[in-house]
Amino acid sequence: MSDKVISSEPSFSSHLLYVMRENPVTAISFFMFAVLLFCAIFGPSIVPYDPLASNTSNALSPPSAAHWFGTDNLGRDVFSRVIVATRLDLSISIAAVALSFVIGSFLGACAGYWGGWLDAVLNRILDTIMAFPLFVLAMGIVAALGNTVENIIYATAVINIPFYARLVRAEVNIRRDAGFVQAAKLAGNSDARILAFHIFPNSLPPMMVQISLNLGWAILNAAGLSFIGLGVRPPTAEWGIMVAEGANFVISGEWWLALFPGLWLMFAVFTFNLMGDGLRDLVDPRKRT
Amino acid sequence: MLSIKNLAVTFQTRKGPVEAVRDVNLKLAKAETLGIVGESGSGKSVTSYALMRILDAGGSITAGDISYSNIDLRNASSKSMQDIRGREISMIFQNPRAALNPIRKVGLQIEDVLRRHSRATRYDAKEKAIKALESVQIKNAESRYDAYPFELSGGMCQRVVIAIALACDPKVLIADEPTTGLDITTQKTVMDLIKQLSAERNMSSILITHDLGLAAQYCDRIVVMKDGALVEEGNPAQLFHHAQHEYTQKLVAATPRKGVTIRELLPKNMQLEEPERPAIGAPLLEVKNLVKTYKGKSGPVHAVKDISFTVKKGASVALVGESGCGKSTTSSMIARLLDPTSGEILFDGQNLAQLSAKSFAKNDLRKDIQMVFQDATDSLNPRFSAQDCIEEPLRHLTDLNRGSRRFKVDELADLVGLPKTLLSRYPHQLSGGQKARVGIARAIAVDPKLLILDEPTAALDVSIQAIVLNLLADLRAELGMSYLFVSHDLHVVQLLCDEVIVMKDGQIVEQGLTADVMQTPKSDYTKSLLEAAPSISNLITNNTPNPRKGEFA
Repeated sequence: MSDKVISSEPSFSSHLLYVMRENPVTAISFFMFAVLLFCAIFGPSIVPYDPLASNTSNALSPPSAAHWFGTDNLGRDVFSRVIVATRLDLSISIAAVALSFVIGSFLGACAGYWGGWLDAVLNRILDTIMAFPLFVLAMGIVAALGNTVENIIYATAVINIPFYARLVRAEVNIRRDAGFVQAAKLAGNSDARILAFHIFPNSLPPMMVQISLNLGWAILNAAGLSFIGLGVRPPTAEWGIMVAEGANFVISGEWWLALFPGLWLMFAVFTFNLMGDGLRDLVDPRKRT
Repeated sequence: MLSIKNLAVTFQTRKGPVEAVRDVNLKLAKAETLGIVGESGSGKSVTSYALMRILDAGGSITAGDISYSNIDLRNASSKSMQDIRGREISMIFQNPRAALNPIRKVGLQIEDVLRRHSRATRYDAKEKAIKALESVQIKNAESRYDAYPFELSGGMCQRVVIAIALACDPKVLIADEPTTGLDITTQKTVMDLIKQLSAERNMSSILITHDLGLAAQYCDRIVVMKDGALVEEGNPAQLFHHAQHEYTQKLVAATPRKGVTIRELLPKNMQLEEPERPAIGAPLLEVKNLVKTYKGKSGPVHAVKDISFTVKKGASVALVGESGCGKSTTSSMIARLLDPTSGEILFDGQNLAQLSAKSFAKNDLRKDIQMVFQDATDSLNPRFSAQDCIEEPLRHLTDLNRGSRRFKVDELADLVGLPKTLLSRYPHQLSGGQKARVGIARAIAVDPKLLILDEPTAALDVSIQAIVLNLLADLRAELGMSYLFVSHDLHVVQLLCDEVIVMKDGQIVEQGLTADVMQTPKSDYTKSLLEAAPSISNLITNNTPNPRKGEFA
């Protein structure tokens, strides 16, 4: 039966279309991601108001046609601030995840392939990191290194490394003695080449799920750090700070200050959580039949 | 008793619906053993899954009736199907280890079925489970009750699966390739057991297999399937002696058996002249006192114990034995993928055992020793196209530039008969035979002097196996390589090899010229191997009806 369904290799775009058609949730999540990307790239030029311009005569006004999400205590437009913040929050999370993906993959791949003392030592170190309450660890790192965007990225990356390392280690380990690895050795590949060009690319599909979930989680983490005052500093527009500042006004009835940034944050996290399976199907050559 | 009328099964795929089974009519009488034979993709398993109503997602019965003693199985509710499965119709699957729950004691797994079908209560379940284990001839059934599947051998696991299948005295047993992963001698004991138990219980059974010899030996009636349809039906002697349908004739011809040459496996119109056997020259590979010992948790494991043999230039030598005999360990050591514990591997006079497996990738001799792997699917990188796979050794072991590598790959594809349009495909888009060709093309890309073939046809259908074996014979005649052919099947080996080495428990029990070993085996082990291999040769050469029939009646 298998030879009947064979056809020529479809292009990436037709494969993308197939993946989206097959799973409507994937299509929705890719669309949501496109919206986020659009906001991140064009946000500052399309928003109606300057996110930093205050207008005290119009402070704390509820959502209206002029100000969709209302205005905050300094009269800044909440909608503009929420959209503009997308770029910062997305950059933090993508940078942090990329960093932990690269470092974690490298460590995990080495541990999984060579095993032995390297594996043992690395695993204990990773266990130690994982044994910390991760958010407290991130707080500690930012507090020690200083309150900058880079340090939030480093802190978020460090606490994510163990998850990537563990996953890659397991994926590499099960393929270490696979037939195609033996064949690669016969073809004169060195161990490093085998690991980098034969084994590692094959462990990508499950990694994509992890990456996607992690992106959402990294946004939450960055927002969380800003919320407690570690991280991005006001007046920069950032979802975490906006929720933190807005929280003070919820009791007095100005609910829109905290609600809209919170909803947008949720939207972003939700997008990444939904995208996982779709990304995995995209990078898996076996799905491209 | 069981009848299938005009059955059609369709699977929904990305390329639209695929009809896996069409217009199949089958009847199974009481106490009859029906064999369904066919190659992969012929729809033989799908037919049985359809009648058990356990089709994969995407598959559905689109036409036809299935009835079992007046129950309509096609339209039965899933609740009543649950009652029927296991109690009325049972099934044995291909891989016994996968069919058992790995973290549950085998005894408890038998109890589960018994209690599901109210055949036992909490109080007598254990006793009945032990009885079920005894009925499949497991020794020390009481202590085996507490065993986990991983503690049992493959044959033992299959017995447990049979015990589960038969625990509730079903009227029909469906065995889907029940012995495919098992050794030949284990296969014989398992099949004999199934035969005996069906006879004792007056049970009907369906044996689904790709092995004509097995079907011929154990079935009363055989149907042949191809591309989802039945092509021929009859009793074994008649079917194999006077096959009517072209496809059946082709299958029978392609099955390796005593006294045929490698060309006779192919259909008449594809038969060329017998390949020349290359001139045998000086010793190319000399293995002396080779030993491999692994450190085990409970003491050292002696995988290979002090073996010595020689492969001459241009010769083809077979290494035969059952799983665990050390033949794969030996071939890995010779391929320099594994370091021996002690001993010498002299290749063209140079002792390779002194070079570590790790450093050998950069050695000049790397390209002289290449290997074709058993599992073509597993041995091709899923993310590499066929082109990349074949090009890989050329890239690292030769100085050819990109253009001449491409040219060489095209040449190799021609040599192994792989259409060039397939070169851009990924392994999962190729059929088993095509993947085998890619594996062979890759191995011969750098013109090795010694080619190690590790069961290159074990995963292939017989008709593809016939073609691949012929291809290997031609390549050897053309390129003058030496072969070390690792296999468990003496019938396959005799077609391709001049000499045979039989291994058991890490030692060589017999070695000599193929014809001598096949005709007058000296060791008891070789004799038992030859005897256990199911064969259709008796059916084809003399006209006796099924010679084994009635043995257990």
